[in-house]
Amino acid sequence: MAKRSNDTHAPVEHEHEHEHHAEPGFWQKYVFSTDHKVIGLQYGITALCFLLLGFILVALMRWQLAYPGQPIPLLGDLLGNVLGDRAISNGTLTAEGYNMFGAMHGTIMVFLAIVPLAFAAFGNYVVPLQIGAPDMAFPRINMASYQFFVLGGVVMLTSFVVPGGSAQAGWTSYSPLATTIPTSGQTFWLIGMVLLITSSLLGAVNFIATIIQLRAPGMTWMRLPFFVWAQFVTAFLLLLAFPPLEAAGVLQLMDQVAGTSFFLPTGLATSGAEEISGGGSPLLWQHLFWFLAHPEVYVLILPAMGIVAEIIANNTRKPLWGYKSLVYSVLMIGFLSFIVWAHHMYLTGMGTKISTFFQTTTIIISIPSVIILTCMFVSLWGGRIRFNTPMLFVLAFLPMFGIGGLTGLPLGFSYSDIHLHDTYYVIAHFHYIVAPGTIFALFAGIYYWFPKVTGRMMNEFWGKLHFWLSLIFMNIVFQPMFAQGMAGMHRRMYDGAATYAGAASPGDGAVVGLPDVFIDMNIGISQAAWALGIAQIPFIINFFYSIRKGAPVTSDNPWDATTLEWQTPTPPPHGNFVKPMKIHRGPYEYSLPGGEEDFLPQNQTAKTV
Amino acid sequence: MEIPHTVKPRPDTGLYNSKIGIWLFLASEVMLFGALFSTYILLRVGAPEGTWPKPGTMLNIPIGTINTCVLIMSSVTVVLAWASLKLNQFKRFKLFQAGTILLALTFLVIKSFEYNDKFTHYEVIKKDGTVINGHLVSQDSKHVVLEGAILPVKGEHKLGDHPNQQPAHQHDHEHDHEGGGDKAGQNAQGGESTHGETGQQAHGSESGHAESGGGHHQEFEIARSEIKDMDNYGPWFNTYLAIYFTLTGLHALHVFGGAVVIGYLWGPGSKMWHTEPERFTNRIEISGLFWHFVDLVWIFLFPVLYLL
Repeated sequence: MAKRSNDTHAPVEHEHEHEHHAEPGFWQKYVFSTDHKVIGLQYGITALCFLLLGFILVALMRWQLAYPGQPIPLLGDLLGNVLGDRAISNGTLTAEGYNMFGAMHGTIMVFLAIVPLAFAAFGNYVVPLQIGAPDMAFPRINMASYQFFVLGGVVMLTSFVVPGGSAQAGWTSYSPLATTIPTSGQTFWLIGMVLLITSSLLGAVNFIATIIQLRAPGMTWMRLPFFVWAQFVTAFLLLLAFPPLEAAGVLQLMDQVAGTSFFLPTGLATSGAEEISGGGSPLLWQHLFWFLAHPEVYVLILPAMGIVAEIIANNTRKPLWGYKSLVYSVLMIGFLSFIVWAHHMYLTGMGTKISTFFQTTTIIISIPSVIILTCMFVSLWGGRIRFNTPMLFVLAFLPMFGIGGLTGLPLGFSYSDIHLHDTYYVIAHFHYIVAPGTIFALFAGIYYWFPKVTGRMMNEFWGKLHFWLSLIFMNIVFQPMFAQGMAGMHRRMYDGAATYAGAASPGDGAVVGLPDVFIDMNIGISQAAWALGIAQIPFIINFFYSIRKGAPVTSDNPWDATTLEWQTPTPPPHGNFVKPMKIHRGPYEYSLPGGEEDFLPQNQTAKTV
Repeated sequence: MEIPHTVKPRPDTGLYNSKIGIWLFLASEVMLFGALFSTYILLRVGAPEGTWPKPGTMLNIPIGTINTCVLIMSSVTVVLAWASLKLNQFKRFKLFQAGTILLALTFLVIKSFEYNDKFTHYEVIKKDGTVINGHLVSQDSKHVVLEGAILPVKGEHKLGDHPNQQPAHQHDHEHDHEGGGDKAGQNAQGGESTHGETGQQAHGSESGHAESGGGHHQEFEIARSEIKDMDNYGPWFNTYLAIYFTLTGLHALHVFGGAVVIGYLWGPGSKMWHTEPERFTNRIEISGLFWHFVDLVWIFLFPVLYLL
C-alpha cells in the first residue's frame, strides 16, 4: 500500500510544473484537444447535430408517407436544388430519394448520433471522472478517435451530393441489392463505415484500458458506479463486434470497386452489362452484418441504462436495489448479445434448426434484461423521489423501454416473426427502445451532468415542458405503428402502403389489401412526428440559454451525489482532481442512518462529516 | 496530474497501459481476420464441386514457403531486438531491428512479384470455344500474345471455370516479368476496357499450334476478333482469387504498417532510448507484439491459401 500511495502522490508535483506552461491556444484547447472532457463535448455537440439531421430526414419521409406524391411544403424546391432531381423532383420526394433518406436516417441515427452520444460523449466525459482518473489512458488516441469520427461523418454527408445519390439499400446494406444500385454513394457509405468503425475501435480500446488501469486507489470493481460497468461492457461489444462488419465492409467494397463476387451469387443479372464471376453468398453479408448489428443494439441501450441507474440512485436517495445483480446481468447481456444475431434472419431460408438455436438464445437474453429493468423499478420502492427533469426522463424511460422490450418477444419467436417480419411492428418495437428509451436517457444525462460541465443549471420549467411534450408525441408516433404492422404494412413502402390499399370492391377477385384505417394512420403519425420535432425547440433554447444565463450552481455537487465526478471543481480543470482520490466506499451510499447529510461521497472516510 | 501506469505496470493488473491497449487491439484484429477466414470457409464450402482450385494449381508453393520463412525469421529478430534492449545493448538492438525491417521489405517484394504474376496471367475464350491460358507476352489493338497452353474443356466454358485444370500456372517467373511487366500492370487496372475491345478488330491469325495440347508452353498469337472473352487473374476472376487478394492484401497492409512503425522506432524514434529507456523498451515490446500477430496471421494464411 505504501508503494501505491507514493505513486499517487508523485503526479501532484508534476502538476505544479504544468501550471507554469502558457495557456494553450484556441486550436489546442478546443479543436485538437487531448483532454477527455473536451473530446467528450466535441463528440456530444457533433452527435446532437447528427441527431437533428437524422430527424429532419425522417420528418421529410413522413411527409411522403402521409401525403404521397405531394410536393414537400416550404423546403421542397430548396432541397431539390441541393440534392438534384434524382432525390427530389418538382419538390416531391422520389422513390430513390426516399430510399436515400431511409438508408441515411438509419445510418446517421445509429452510427453518427446515438453511439457517439451515448458511448463516446457521455463515456468520455464521465467515466474518467467517476473512476478518479486524471484522463483517459491514451489521450492522443482519444483525439484520433474523434477525428476519424468526423471524417466518417463528412464522407457520409458527401455521399448525398455524389452522382447517383447516397446509399439506398437501407442501413443494413444487404447485398446484392446494395451492390447493384447504380450509385457511387454506396462506396462512400462503405468508406464512411470503415472510418467510423476505426473510430469506435480506438475508443473502445481506450475505454477498456482506462477502466482497468486508471481506477483510483480503493476503487475496486464492485465499487464502480453502474454507469462505468455499462460503458465497460459496451466497449467490449464495440471492440469485438465491429471488426466483422469492417471485414464485411471491405468485402463489399471489393464487390463494388474490384469486381469480386463475395456477396453476388452465380447467375445474378446486374444492371450493368459486365459479367460477374459469381459464386458469392448473399447470406454471408447478412451474417457478418448482424454479427455486428445485434450487439450494436446493446451498444445503444447499455450506456442509457447506465445513465438511468445513476439518476435513479441519486433522485430516490437510496442505494440501487440489487447492484450486483445489475452488474452480472449487464455482463451476461454482453456475452449473450454475440450469439443472437441470426434472429434477424429467420426468413432468409437459413434453416429451421438454426432458427431454433437463435430463438432460444434470443429468449434467454431477455432474462438479464428483465433483471435490470426489475432492479430499477424496485429501486424506486420507498424512495423519497425528487421529480426534477432528469428524473422525469428516467421515470419515462422505464416503461417505454419495457414496451420496447416486451414487444420484441413476438419477433424473437421464429413463428410469430413470419407474420411481423419487416412490418411497421418492427419499426415501432426498436424505436420504442431507442427513441423514448435511449434518447430519453440521453436527455436525462444532459440535464443531469449539465451543471458539472457548465457550472449552471438548465431551466426546470422548460425542461419539464420538453419532457411532457416529448413523451406524449413519442407515443402518438410509435403506438399506432404496432397496429399498422400487425395489419401487415410493410416497412419500406415509399407511398405509405397506398399501393396495397384495399380494393374498392373486393368481390370481383381483387386482392384484399390493407384497410384504409391503417393507411390513414400515417397522417396522424406524421403530424405527431413533426410536433415531436417542434417539442425539441424548448430543449435547444434551454440548452444554449443556460450555458450563459442559467442559474449558477451553489456547490460542486448540486444534486448531492455520491460519485466522484461531483468531487471535482466545476467545471473540472485539465487533470480533473485537485487532490488524488482515494476511495473508501461503494457508489450509492445514500440515506445512511446517523450521518449529518443523507449521502456519503465515495472518497469520504468517516461516516459522519 | 499525469496519467498513471504509462511506463510502470499497475501492481494489481501487472500491465502498463499500452500493453493492455495492444492486447485489446489484437483481440479486435483476431475478430477482423476471424470474419475473413469464416468468409473463406463459407465460400469454399458453398462452392460447386470441382470449382475450387486444387492446392498448388493457383499459387507457387515454394515461393510461399520462402515467404513464410522470411516472416518467421523476422519474428525471431524482433524478439532479439527487444531482448537486446532489456540487456542494455542498444547497438545490437539496432542491428536486429534493421534485420526485421529488411525481412519485412523482402516479404513485401516477394509478395508483389506473386501479385504481378497473377495480373499478367490471362485466360482467353475464343469464339470457337477453345480456351487458352497463359502469361501475357504482348498485346496491341489487334492481337494478344500469350505464352501458355490450351485448356482441355468440355462443353460451355465460362471465365473462371475449372481453374484446377490449368496446366500453365507454374512457370518461370523471371521470364514473365521480362515479358511484359509494365504493360500487364496497366492492364490489371484496365481489365474492364479489355472487354470492350474484345472482337473489335477484323483480322489476324494464330501462330500457335492448337493440336499440341496442354503441358507445353507455347506462344499463341490470338486475333482480338477471335476472342469471345478474356480476363486476367485479378480478384474479379473467381471467388478463390477474390478471397486470396483480399486476405493477403489486408495482411500486406498490416506488414507495411508494422514495418513503418518499427522503422520509425528504429530511426528517429530511437532517440527516446537516451532519455526514457524503459518507455522506449516498452514501445519496442508493443510493436513486437503487433509484429508477432502479423506473422501469426500469415502462419494461418499460408496453409489455407497455398496448401489446402
